[in-house]
Amino acid sequence: MKCKTIISELADYLDEALDPILRASIEEHLGKCKDCRIVVDTCKQTIEIFCDSEPAPLPQTTRLRLHEALAKRLRRVRA
Amino acid sequence: MGSPKLDPVARRPLPSQVVKDDESALVAAAKAGDISAFETLVGRYERKIFRLTQNITQNREDAEDAMQEAFLKAFEHLQSFEGNSRFYTWLVRIAVNQALMKLRKRRPNVVSLDEEIDTGEDLVPREVEDWGPSPADRYAQTELSEILTKVIGELDPPFRIVFQLRDIEELSTEETADALGLSVPAVKSRLLRARLKLRQTLNQYFRLGENQ
Repeated sequence: MKCKTIISELADYLDEALDPILRASIEEHLGKCKDCRIVVDTCKQTIEIFCDSEPAPLPQTTRLRLHEALAKRLRRVRA
Repeated sequence: MGSPKLDPVARRPLPSQVVKDDESALVAAAKAGDISAFETLVGRYERKIFRLTQNITQNREDAEDAMQEAFLKAFEHLQSFEGNSRFYTWLVRIAVNQALMKLRKRRPNVVSLDEEIDTGEDLVPREVEDWGPSPADRYAQTELSEILTKVIGELDPPFRIVFQLRDIEELSTEETADALGLSVPAVKSRLLRARLKLRQTLNQYFRLGENQ
C-alpha cells in the first residue's frame, strides 16, 4: 500500500467506514510508516479539537435582538 | 514494528441520532401552542446555531440575521416538522439555508456548493510534524476559540460548510449530503480536503516545540 492510498482512504478510516480487509492493510502500513502515522493522528486530533470546542455565548445585544424578534412574532401569533 | 497505537476518532454517538429525553415533548408542546417550550428550544440551540451561521457567512451581521430568520422560520413551520429526524437536525438545515442565502447575496461569485470542484491540489500532506497529546491544552479557551474561528474562516465555502455540518454539528454524512443537496461521494471528498487543509493550517499552532 502506498502513502497516497492512505490519504485517499483517510476520511473513511477515521469514520470507521472501511471494510475490515482495507482497514487491516492500512493499519499494517501505519505500523511501518511514521509520516502516515503522524498525518492520521494529527488529522484525528483536528477533528476532535473542533468537535470538542464549545460555542461561545451569544453576544448580549445579539441575544436581545433574537429574543425581541421572537417575542414580536409570538405576540402576532397569539393575537 | 508492532501495530500502531492509533485508534479511529473516538466517535460519540452522532448528536443527530441522540434525542435529548425531553426534546420530543418540548416540540410537541410548542406545536400545541406552548410558547415557553419553543423558547426553551431556542435557548438550548442559539449558541450552536449562531456559531453555524457565523462560520458559514463569515460576517457578524449576516450571521445574526440568518440565525434570527432560522428560528422564526422554524417556529412558523413547526407544524410541518414530522419528527422523522431530530428537531436540531431540522433546525440546522433551516439555518444552513438562511446562511447560504446571505453568503450568496454578499459574495455572488462564491462557487456553487453543488458544483464539481477540482482543486488540482495534491492531497499528500507537505508538513508532517508531531503535535503530541492534547495540543489544544496548550492554549487558553478563548485563544483556542479564536484560532479555530480563524482557521475555519480560511477554508473555501464548499469545504468549510461540509466540515461545519459533518465534524462540528456532527450530522451524519448522509444528513450533510441531504442538507446541502450534494451526493455522498461529494461530501466525502470535500470532507477529506477540509480535514487535511485544517490539519495543515493548525500545524503552525500545534506542532511540538512551538509552544513548549
